[in-house]
Amino acid sequence: MAVLTMRDALNQALHEEMERDPSVIVMGEDVAGGAGGSSGNVEAAGGIFGVTKGLKTKYGADRVIDTPISESAIVGLANGSALAGMRPVAELMFADFVGVSLDQIFNQMAKFRYMFGGKAKVPVVLRMSMGAGMNAAAQHSQTIYPMLTMVPGLKIVIPSNPADAKGMMKQAIRDDDPVIFFEHKALYSRKGEVPDGEHLVPFGQAELVREGSDVTVVALARMVPFAIKAVDKLAEEGITCDLIDLRTTSPLDEDAVLESLSMTGRLVVVDESNPMCSIASEIAGIAASKGFSSLRAPVQKVTAPHTPVPFARELERMYVPSPGDIEAAIRRVMEGA
Amino acid sequence: MQQSPDQIRRAYRQMRLIREFEERLHVENPKGEIAGFTHLYSGQEAIAVGVCENLRDTDYIISTHRGHGHCLARGCDPKGMMHEIYGRADGLGKGRGGSMHIADLDKGMLGANGIVGGGQPIAVGAAVACKARQDGSVSVSFTGDGASNQGTVFEAMNMAVVLKLPKVFVLENNGYSEHTGASYGIGGDLKTRTEGFGIPVWEADGFDYFSVYDAAGEAIEHARAGKGPSAILATATRYFGHFEGDPQNYRAKDEVKNFRETKDALKRIREKVTGAGIFTAEDLDSIDAEVLKLIDDSVGTARNGPVPGADIMMSDVYVDY
Ligand SMILES: Cc1ncc(C[n+]2csc(CCOP(=O)(O)OP(=O)(O)O)c2C)c(N)n1
Ligand SMILES: [Mg+2]
Repeated sequence: MAVLTMRDALNQALHEEMERDPSVIVMGEDVAGGAGGSSGNVEAAGGIFGVTKGLKTKYGADRVIDTPISESAIVGLANGSALAGMRPVAELMFADFVGVSLDQIFNQMAKFRYMFGGKAKVPVVLRMSMGAGMNAAAQHSQTIYPMLTMVPGLKIVIPSNPADAKGMMKQAIRDDDPVIFFEHKALYSRKGEVPDGEHLVPFGQAELVREGSDVTVVALARMVPFAIKAVDKLAEEGITCDLIDLRTTSPLDEDAVLESLSMTGRLVVVDESNPMCSIASEIAGIAASKGFSSLRAPVQKVTAPHTPVPFARELERMYVPSPGDIEAAIRRVMEGA
Repeated sequence: MQQSPDQIRRAYRQMRLIREFEERLHVENPKGEIAGFTHLYSGQEAIAVGVCENLRDTDYIISTHRGHGHCLARGCDPKGMMHEIYGRADGLGKGRGGSMHIADLDKGMLGANGIVGGGQPIAVGAAVACKARQDGSVSVSFTGDGASNQGTVFEAMNMAVVLKLPKVFVLENNGYSEHTGASYGIGGDLKTRTEGFGIPVWEADGFDYFSVYDAAGEAIEHARAGKGPSAILATATRYFGHFEGDPQNYRAKDEVKNFRETKDALKRIREKVTGAGIFTAEDLDSIDAEVLKLIDDSVGTARNGPVPGADIMMSDVYVDY
């Protein structure tokens, strides 16, 4: 075990998988950087968040491909190379750029295996940074995983900590289906213990981060550390919660949520996305349709408001659900309101 | 094209305004009061000003993530911009947009844009409106060398030709697309690629206001006259990193220094104008002083400007859940 940031854990996973399997290739804008620059530095960037650092130096330009700014073609490149036997890990710098490449994602990669009679393997990993926290404003801060979670044929992975980031990245690369891998940019520097070498985290298995008996709190990505704060604080008052980190939204670990709910009878769902058609509303829906008899109080949803992500520090802080918002929701559900 | 002393004075002031606005942001940024990504335009002033000095009030422009220069050249209020960059409630976007999303619809400025290539098709749409109005107005989009590889740019060019629109593409080659040199990402070259669509291209020295002004004048006249889209290809450099804080590992140490010493657009226009006896150095110095004071004031009020609250976050959204 070593203590690593999420950035370095992801980087380690990429290094290990490229070393293990020559069919793994990496592509995206500035995944290496420096080409055509006047310094002669052939790896001037290593990804704008440093996740792909050292890969080009080690594995060369044929396997670590800097692309022009052409997101539609980047995802197309991943799709085509996957159909032709490679295991591409493509990067969209920001999840918001899904907007430029959506056809390749939801009409193409998601549907090949099904439409082509089950013959096509599409082992694409599409990485992207997401989330607020850098005041990067409305077109560089969104958490659009609900939008892609609704597409059949995609696996949606959203780690909250370095160990999961490594284990799920290795799993994603070995998976024969397309995986959308969301990396919360406010978590890149989050540190944690990461198992050395082989470490795989299977998809569709939520993690019970805290155990308690009063309330089930479901969260993902940056909302997990926020929820930990709220849950630990309330534990001092004697209110104890199960805190579930979903880890993947497709496949979704419904059983983990329903089992916990059957013990606590109270549910709080925390989601950085906008409230409509969110993971929060999906989990609330599952509780209503499959866990109704367990519910002792209305489900509390903690989400961002139904607005674009605002720029100013004060506005972004207000926009993102906070530990205080989560604490308040837990108190509300305890009061049965 | 012959320009009056008043025109030249105005152009010089606009360029100085952009330069000092950006140089000041470069100084203020590390102090930690400015949030988010700030992409500075220093080094490319002659392009924005050379183009916009040819425009009429009824024309449109659309910008990029590196938008301050285009906004100022189009006449956006420097104070309103500064307040926006500082995230203030009285900024041009009420503090909701920030540096990358400055716009002023009243000035025909359809926005800076955080999505590379996102602006091009929108500018084609504005050109449709210009054509429908039949008032000789044009729509201008600014596009970086990196952005020119985005599919939206090709689609926009083709569409503008097919519909014979009054659309002007300004291709700004500043040598870099983030951490990658322009030469790496561009197949063929920007000029022949654009000509391939049937769009005539006017080339300009992006460090030289007069070169850009003349090229843009002809290109814009072509579009105004109903002959279809045109393009301006101007080459310059950016003096700072891609964004503030960029370590610029891709760049030779003395590259910017050399450009500043040998090519600088502000030095260039000063030399030409004083050399031709249009203005004295003192005339220009007094413009500089006025601009510096304006920027000082803007930063001063922006630093202490009103902080946006929940009412601002929740306004201009038509439904709440
Ligand atoms: C669709 C999209 N892809 C990528 C980015 C990230 N990005 C922002 S600016 C930039 C480089 C743009 O280069 P260029 O068009 O030459 O403009 P310059 O920065 O040189 O002004 C990149 C890759 C983005 N904002 N939007
Ligand atoms: Mg450029």
